[in-house]
Amino acid sequence: MTYETVVFYVLAAIIVGSGLAVIFSRNAVHAALALVLSFFTASGIWLLLGAEFLAVSLILVYVGAVMVLFLFVVMMLDINIARMKEGYWNYLLPGLVVAGILLAEMILVLGGRHFGSDGAITFGLNIGESNTRSLGRLLYTQYIYAFEIAAVILLVAIVAAIGLTMRKRKDNKYVDPSVQFLAKKEDRVRLVSMPPEPKKARGDV
Amino acid sequence: MMLDLLTSYIGPDLAYVGWTLIKIICVAVPVILCVAYLTLAERKVIGYIQLRLGPNRVGPKGLLQPFADVLKLLAKEIIVPTKANKFLFVIAPMLSLMPALAAWAVIPFSDGLVISNIDAGLLYIMAITSMGVYGVIVAGWASNSKYALIGAMRSGAQIVAYEIAMGFALVCVLMMSGSLNLTTIVETQRTGFGLLGWNLIPLFPMFVVYFISGVAETNRAPFDVAEGESEIVAGFHVEYSGTTFAVFFLAEYANMILIATLASLMFLGGWLSPIPGIPDGFVWLAAKVTIMLFFFLWFRATFPRYRYDQIMRLGWKVFIPVTIVWLVLIGILMRTPWWPW
Repeated sequence: MTYETVVFYVLAAIIVGSGLAVIFSRNAVHAALALVLSFFTASGIWLLLGAEFLAVSLILVYVGAVMVLFLFVVMMLDINIARMKEGYWNYLLPGLVVAGILLAEMILVLGGRHFGSDGAITFGLNIGESNTRSLGRLLYTQYIYAFEIAAVILLVAIVAAIGLTMRKRKDNKYVDPSVQFLAKKEDRVRLVSMPPEPKKARGDV
Repeated sequence: MMLDLLTSYIGPDLAYVGWTLIKIICVAVPVILCVAYLTLAERKVIGYIQLRLGPNRVGPKGLLQPFADVLKLLAKEIIVPTKANKFLFVIAPMLSLMPALAAWAVIPFSDGLVISNIDAGLLYIMAITSMGVYGVIVAGWASNSKYALIGAMRSGAQIVAYEIAMGFALVCVLMMSGSLNLTTIVETQRTGFGLLGWNLIPLFPMFVVYFISGVAETNRAPFDVAEGESEIVAGFHVEYSGTTFAVFFLAEYANMILIATLASLMFLGGWLSPIPGIPDGFVWLAAKVTIMLFFFLWFRATFPRYRYDQIMRLGWKVFIPVTIVWLVLIGILMRTPWWPW
């Protein structure tokens, strides 16, 4: 057994364990953190495959950004565990169907050589140059349209999400910073010219 | 050489693991020592800025003060609040220290002096440092305290906001050097003109954005609303005491040193000397990091704390547009024949 094999099995065991913890954990925050762990470990497996750019971007995007916001939301919820557990088993059938579909998809993608394919999906992009560079070159030449269209769709999604959820509170006291910057002394302070009061002797108020 | 010796005793696999461990210790221990003396430097520098002497009782000129502090913190009791989530409460400080130390794996200290010289080094740093926010959020939630939760929320929002500006600033560096490898990034700043070749000059606005975002990212003054003592006591670590608090402290200072080192590597030419003809070396990197760290302390002694909405505005509405404009500008300029770098 080589070093890589040992590492793979350790990582795989952690992924399966944390995946189970996501499902069975009674505490939503624990479940979210277990999901973080499984993402992190999955990126370790991608590193083993030599896909370092993808592995690091998995951490950057999912662990560093998506799950942080997810955790934010989960922490703000007041979850009643007993009520959540009601009808738990009713989800079994849809869950099994989804799991079956996922399994079939994985077999199709990963088991190509058992179906007479020449194994078009190759792991380990050992092509002599930097992984990041080769990925970037492919994305910006061969797949440029798909890439740009995906980017535009994401942009539309961002704008839509903000447009749908942003509403101004009526009692908001927010002051526009540009107005603040432009405020001059004359706008706030009124200097009044007054004749000086005649000096009074000490003691008579 | 050392690796060969290890291999002959315990075989290649174990030797590889052992050798990596030795390298990790060689980086982690000096980093922790630097943290210890950074805390002393902070108190001394702020002391002198405020016309005080700072700590000067423990050891000659107060030089043993950090060790006294560490011993004090180790000896204190760790108090877990009632109904706190004990597991997460204890693991949160570790979650914040781990990324702060793990990021050092790809930092080159001199040409070739690096634990792991990976191609996606810069990306790795961004990914690992983006995980630091978990320590803060988990600590805030697990403490079962209002102030801690508010502090965690503030800190989380702030870190997420400034990470984007920081990322764009790094994209500009990436365009200049054409590589994500930190050693290559430094070496592309070697032009034979010393200081003039550094990324600092073409990317000056990005340097400013990066460093200010770094200050915000590490929750340092004037961006320390996450622990603003006048509003929310001590923010996310209000319930922490003893060793658990010390670990948060260690993580914050290790992150400061990391940001200073990255700024030196990416904008200030790393170990390259500023004047052509003078040999390069680790000394230059150390000097640059020291200067950047001094800025951290100087900021803290000089500026009053930002208001929370002003911090958010600065991150989202000032820094991100500035970085995007500069990114496009640099991209266009690099295509013109008048680009000198």
